[in-house]
Amino acid sequence: MIDVVPPGIENASLRSVRYAAWRFVLQRASAAVLAICVVVHLATIIYAVRHQLTAAAIVARMHASAFWPAFYTIFVVAVAIHAPLGLRAIADEWLGLRGRRADVVVASIALVLLGGGLYAVRSLTA
Amino acid sequence: MTTTLAPSSASQRNDARSRGHSGFWAFVVHRVSGIVLALFLPVHFFTLSQALARPAALDRFLEWTRQPVVKLTETLLVLAVAAHLAGGVRLLFIEFVGWRADWQKTAIALAGAAAVAYALLFALNG
Amino acid sequence: MISLTESTFPVLIWRGAADGAFRRYEVPRLASQTVLDVVTHVQRHLDASLAYRYACRVGMCGSCAMTVNGKARWTCRTHVDTVAGDRTLEIGPLHHLPIVRDLVVDMAPFFDKWAAAKGEFKPTATRYDDFAKVAPASPARRAIDATIECIGCAVCYASCDVVGWKPDYLGPAALNRAFTLVNDVRDGAGVARLRAIAGDGGCQSCHTHQSCTERCPKHLLPTASIAGLKRLVALAAVKGTL
Repeated sequence: MIDVVPPGIENASLRSVRYAAWRFVLQRASAAVLAICVVVHLATIIYAVRHQLTAAAIVARMHASAFWPAFYTIFVVAVAIHAPLGLRAIADEWLGLRGRRADVVVASIALVLLGGGLYAVRSLTA
Repeated sequence: MTTTLAPSSASQRNDARSRGHSGFWAFVVHRVSGIVLALFLPVHFFTLSQALARPAALDRFLEWTRQPVVKLTETLLVLAVAAHLAGGVRLLFIEFVGWRADWQKTAIALAGAAAVAYALLFALNG
Repeated sequence: MISLTESTFPVLIWRGAADGAFRRYEVPRLASQTVLDVVTHVQRHLDASLAYRYACRVGMCGSCAMTVNGKARWTCRTHVDTVAGDRTLEIGPLHHLPIVRDLVVDMAPFFDKWAAAKGEFKPTATRYDDFAKVAPASPARRAIDATIECIGCAVCYASCDVVGWKPDYLGPAALNRAFTLVNDVRDGAGVARLRAIAGDGGCQSCHTHQSCTERCPKHLLPTASIAGLKRLVALAAVKGTL
């Protein structure tokens, strides 16, 4: 019977396991949301460019319904979840950044994206 | 024999010879496009919020984006988004819908084709 | 091209431990020659100090797994003919495992991770119970068909880039084994096994490179098994049963 367990796994608490599992769930769920948001966003851009909409026209359309602020808010939140978690894996695998320090870096990136994104959404739709 | 997890030596790293298959390249495209997007997004939020705050600035901004170099960069960014999206949808399919052994290379090819098609659509409509 | 017209050809073989180097040998070229034949020739006729492992030499045991021209293979099933190009034949120990000496690696970390993933069967029945009846056509048993033939040769582990990048990652073989047992209706490990493979080094670390699936000499699909585990972990996390 093999008793030796590799370091890093032997002391994994249930909380850290659940945390890891939830990171995965959030990453995939936000990915699914983004898949839809990105398709809509790119279609919108192509539409706007094709019809040569001016700034005023774009801004007017953004104000026309409650759909756009809601849509872009969801978009920004999904990005703020998805991108940092993706970068976390890269930091772990290629930069050796793990554990608590990785969490801090990831949370910081999430806040920057959330802040910057929501500010842009407000500028667009307020 | 006591077990120690001495890290494997530099000579035991996988190199290009073991990476010449489509699954690996799909990963590289996905990761690189993800990094590009993560770097681009804060810039995107910033420029957008600056331009949107003043509609005249937005018009100047939209004019600026019509320059060929900017158009090219935009197209490459759209390609990055489309590639990341298509690759991601492929992964979501594998992980949550199911695995089909004979479909793997086809799925990668389809994802690549869809990404390029979308980017072309953008480039030719802009 | 390493052809039959040459009477000998050069071979590079790793000598020493982690701080070792490739050493060059001239080996006779023979028809239907395998890489294991080459290594055996060197040890028997050129340098008796060469350390290497093999057992069955007919592609059943997995003991002869080594890195051949950068790819993990069973050397008894790798013909020198199939080694492409003009390169010298380069034979080294499996990647991602500590080198004991020359072509021999310490397999203990590989099996430690197997255990850490709860890769052992947990019985629930006693001798007084009737035999378990598992319908061969049941979905769970059919799922096991694709995973059960693993003989623990570590080719997939050596081929996995995530194993190289992330020391804690359990790896394709351990996770494949965990998935096999998850589908075994007789097994009683339950949520303990899911927890074992859902942590930081668990199934979520797989990026679907599919190098494991590419290289598995038994044509198993560790990527598919890991995808199955991901589904189960996600479901358990969301349902709160993890």
